[in-house]
Amino acid sequence: MAKLLTTEQMAEFANSGCLFFDELIDEQTNKEFLDDIGHTEIDDVDSVQEYYRNIKATSSIPRIPAGKKLKDAYPKGSPLEKIFGNEVVDGAIKSLVGSNTIIDHQFLHITFPTKYFKQAHQRQMSQQNHQDSTIDPRSTFDVQLFYFPTEVTKEMGGTRFHPGTHLRIVNEFGIAKYQNILGQKSIVCKPGTIGIFHSGLWHGAGVNFSENIRYMFKVRLQPTEKQELLWDPEKKYQPLPNRALYWTDESKDKTINDILMRSYPWQEADTNRLDKINVVKFWRLLTGHKKMDVDYWLTRIENELY
Amino acid sequence: MAKRQKVLVLYLKLPSLEGEVISWATFDGTGKKLHMTGDSDEPPYPTGLDALLDGWRLFQASQAIPEHPGQEFRTSYLKHEFFFEKLEEGDF
Repeated sequence: MAKLLTTEQMAEFANSGCLFFDELIDEQTNKEFLDDIGHTEIDDVDSVQEYYRNIKATSSIPRIPAGKKLKDAYPKGSPLEKIFGNEVVDGAIKSLVGSNTIIDHQFLHITFPTKYFKQAHQRQMSQQNHQDSTIDPRSTFDVQLFYFPTEVTKEMGGTRFHPGTHLRIVNEFGIAKYQNILGQKSIVCKPGTIGIFHSGLWHGAGVNFSENIRYMFKVRLQPTEKQELLWDPEKKYQPLPNRALYWTDESKDKTINDILMRSYPWQEADTNRLDKINVVKFWRLLTGHKKMDVDYWLTRIENELY
Repeated sequence: MAKRQKVLVLYLKLPSLEGEVISWATFDGTGKKLHMTGDSDEPPYPTGLDALLDGWRLFQASQAIPEHPGQEFRTSYLKHEFFFEKLEEGDF
């Protein structure tokens, strides 16, 4: 039985562009996945391409044509079928991209440790910040599911990401010049952790300074239906009434609107307000309440009398 | 003695050098230090003005470009970009 996301989790996703589920996948499934991905000895290869060639040749992860339905993608009883059958993963996917989602692509990301670069006489560099996979002006969004089958320590350079960047429309590596962004985060997690990113979220792989290879399996999923109240099939969600602005009552409990209106340290003073407006527009699409607002950001400028 | 350029790029919260640093990148032409994405969580200076006070020379700043009609709410790249340089002499 799929465990759909809560309205709080959906608001978190709308605002930050990401959700995490720590240690969600059990140890046995993580082990089965690692057994399935294929193996090669790092000391015997001369290039990243050769490593991938070797590992793909021995991997039992199926090749999936773009556009295939997720529910038909993985063999029964395989670790990936178990991962996508997990009630939390299943519920999150159904809440965000619906019950008939299709696979765009999948990939096993491997981040090599320092010893590999030393023996290959190559410069070890982190991956620059980027947004997958090309400029995307849609209101519809895809999600990228990240699965970490092993522990990721700080020195392993887990995926770097920038919460709240998902609604900024840029052209892939056009953001590579931003080496560091205030408030940047890197994934440090236990085995079996799942992360779900909005397809617009800015991110990049870190440098692996450990002794071990770091694995991350990614699947990009696309919806085939309108992403409206998918997490709330009984349509219980109702927008909150307006509240006082600036001269506020701090004693009031925090609400969904506080999650939606959270700011980030990397936002410019002026564009931060546009970021909030875009979160409200995104929430309108997700909830189907086409006139709803938070903190009057859109009502104020929609009051056109001429 | 040869001269080499060090470049510091700061993205600020405001279009003024008084603005706080929200993003930064460093490229060191002396080869003494290799900077890369994600290598520091703390900005090198609190504001653009602090970089000037430390001897960095500003050589380019982003222009103020009015938003396209109909696209006023579209957000994209970081807006307030400032390029600084320092020249260093040495045997490289």
